[in-house]
Amino acid sequence: MQLTEKHKEYWQKNLRMTGFLLVIWFVVTFVIAYFARDLQSITIIGFPLSFYMGAQGSLAIYVAIIWYYAHYMNKLDQEYGVHEGDD
Amino acid sequence: MATQSQSQFFSQLKRYYSFYTGGFIAFVIIVAILEQMGVPNKVLGYIFLAATVLLYAGIGVMSRTADVSEYYVAGRRVPALFNGMATGADWMSAASFIGMAGTLYLSGYDGLAFVLGWTGGYCLVALLLAPYLRKFGQFTIPDFLGARYGGNIPRSIGVFAAILCSFTYVIAQIYGVGLITSRFTGLEFSIGVFVGLGGILVCSFLGGMRAVTWTQVAQYIILIVAYMIPVVWLSVKHTGNPVPQVAYGYVLEKVTAREQVLNDPTTPEGAKEAEVRAIFKTRQEAAEGKLKALEAGGAAYLAEEKGKLEKAAADLKAKPDADPAAVAAADKAVTDYPADAATAKKAWTAAAAGAKAKTAPIAAHAEPFAGKDQAAIDKKRKNFLALVLCLMVGTAALPHILMRYYTTPSVKEARKSVFWSLFFIFLLYFTAPALAVLAKFDVYTLLVGSSFSELPSWVASWAAVDKSLMSVTDINKDGIVQLAEITIGGDLIVLATPEIAGLPYVITGLVAAGGLAAALSTADGLLLTIANALSHDVYYKMINPHAATTRRIAISKGLLLVVALLAAYVTSLKPGDILFLVGAAFSLAASGFFPALALGVFWKRANKWGAIVGMSAGLGTCMYYMYMTYPFFGVNAPLWWDINPISAGIFGMPVGILGVIVGSMLTAAPSKEVQDMVDHVRYPSLENDINTKAA
Repeated sequence: MQLTEKHKEYWQKNLRMTGFLLVIWFVVTFVIAYFARDLQSITIIGFPLSFYMGAQGSLAIYVAIIWYYAHYMNKLDQEYGVHEGDD
Repeated sequence: MATQSQSQFFSQLKRYYSFYTGGFIAFVIIVAILEQMGVPNKVLGYIFLAATVLLYAGIGVMSRTADVSEYYVAGRRVPALFNGMATGADWMSAASFIGMAGTLYLSGYDGLAFVLGWTGGYCLVALLLAPYLRKFGQFTIPDFLGARYGGNIPRSIGVFAAILCSFTYVIAQIYGVGLITSRFTGLEFSIGVFVGLGGILVCSFLGGMRAVTWTQVAQYIILIVAYMIPVVWLSVKHTGNPVPQVAYGYVLEKVTAREQVLNDPTTPEGAKEAEVRAIFKTRQEAAEGKLKALEAGGAAYLAEEKGKLEKAAADLKAKPDADPAAVAAADKAVTDYPADAATAKKAWTAAAAGAKAKTAPIAAHAEPFAGKDQAAIDKKRKNFLALVLCLMVGTAALPHILMRYYTTPSVKEARKSVFWSLFFIFLLYFTAPALAVLAKFDVYTLLVGSSFSELPSWVASWAAVDKSLMSVTDINKDGIVQLAEITIGGDLIVLATPEIAGLPYVITGLVAAGGLAAALSTADGLLLTIANALSHDVYYKMINPHAATTRRIAISKGLLLVVALLAAYVTSLKPGDILFLVGAAFSLAASGFFPALALGVFWKRANKWGAIVGMSAGLGTCMYYMYMTYPFFGVNAPLWWDINPISAGIFGMPVGILGVIVGSMLTAAPSKEVQDMVDHVRYPSLENDINTKAA
């Protein structure tokens, strides 16, 4: 089984996207929670920002991250010809 | 069935589950009519319990199978959407359904660690594991370790870790099953456990993963409906808005304003609160004073104090016009007096701690990491972040969840399926904080300040059922309820919401059915994981690779029975705190599995010795820290950097990762075949690909 340059490029793109999404994941989880006390004074629809992110905002971003990754990779598979047959 | 295309199958499933949902709603309506006709609540509880357990058993009977692929991975044709629902039910346990909103009620922002950890972990599942495991396509998680690292040692460590964390977790579930059935039907705890267990067993015993999958979809529908109805109702009651997740920002503002009033001794209500807190302070000091005297005087002090009480009782009885109630009270004081120094110490320490908890001002719900000084704040923040990380990485390493991604038809579907999983989980998790705030608003505004002679009916009824869930005592004898006079157990929030919202009992029964669905579905997945690890990985892969399929499945079923009975037995001993058991399972999975799984996909150089060293060192560190610091084990060593034992994984994870790296670098690179296998899992489809798929 020999991988072509195209295959390697596919994997590199996957790694880059994975890394990028993990950075977002890290920021909305840990950076925001670390500064939670400083973000309290900002309010969004009645919530202090830090509470809002912990209870809803970050969760919605997680859902979006996973949706985007599935969408991006399923397209990338087609583009690089590594997609599975139908069904 | 093989001739049926995937899309036909999908539309057929949609039809079945639409009928099912309609049928379930009709059932609830019928029970509601029965309630109006005057059928007693206890009977309604039985109807709910029996109907749902029979339903799950029925799905189990309909999905019975003797095919290996159907038994272990539901034939690998579960569509993304349905696998998402099944994962949601598999994932959300009794702790999520019943415990989470209560934890948020009691600890405010700091409780959000569970909400964040138990959802954000799916990003790691989606990005680092699910698609690759699906491409690998075998039956269990130890299978992957065995194939990727070669030899029986990594597989065995995997089996050990899978059993350890799943067993810890399943005990918490069975405990939940017992609690719910006993509360709503009046059956005894242990009988409740076995009724629930019967439902679990019929289902997984007959149909393995296939039956568990389709039951979990059914259970998800029940649990989400049961969770949403009371919260929406409560939201309409307090805000007029039927979308609680949007509406409660406004309620949170009111709760915060109320907290400030109650904490301010210059307002009339604040002064009353301060008065009650002062009484608790005196009680705390009294208990501490007795402890100190006991320390100094020992048994002699106890005897002397008891003598005083006996004398007081005797004097009272000697009086001709003694009040009989006072005499009884004096006698009770004598009989209740601790018999020896050990019991006395225990009782008074508990009394002092209980009173002390009531002396603090009300914690602000939305304030993160509240503490009296910077050191206390930093400590809370550190533990919050550590717990979130442990729960997230643990999510991405719990075998009963990862196993679910073996059941989709393709890599593409596996990726979509993680999205659906988190979406369905998200629906419940972003509602729980809303429920906590709405319930708090109710307690702070309607219960506080009401008169003891006219308590809301839900308070009286729950206080009668269980003092640890709900109790109100008039401490300062003013006839008015103060917040410091109320004791609420976390589990009350979800269980009592229908009554707080003023809904009929049928909804309470529905909530109980939802909690039962959550606990049963998770227990199902976990028991199957344990039985499969033993039958597939130990028996088939290591002991008897030539075993016939019928024999393999028979062994798996036998083990399922043994493991279930063992788990029920351990549960009946009531070991420790549920939340700790759950947290421990996550820390163990994070330390034991995650490094070897993730590096196995992303680092080709990782080899057998790396996996062995990493997994055992990670798991070892985590277990060592728990043993040394968790009070249950009685060692009580000092904490490392103030990290609580529940987050032991924070030490296990880096040790595990380092172990994999060091172990791999010190030994030879893995063989060409193994490296090819890594390429194989990285690409959904390759020309001249090797095949790792089983069945």
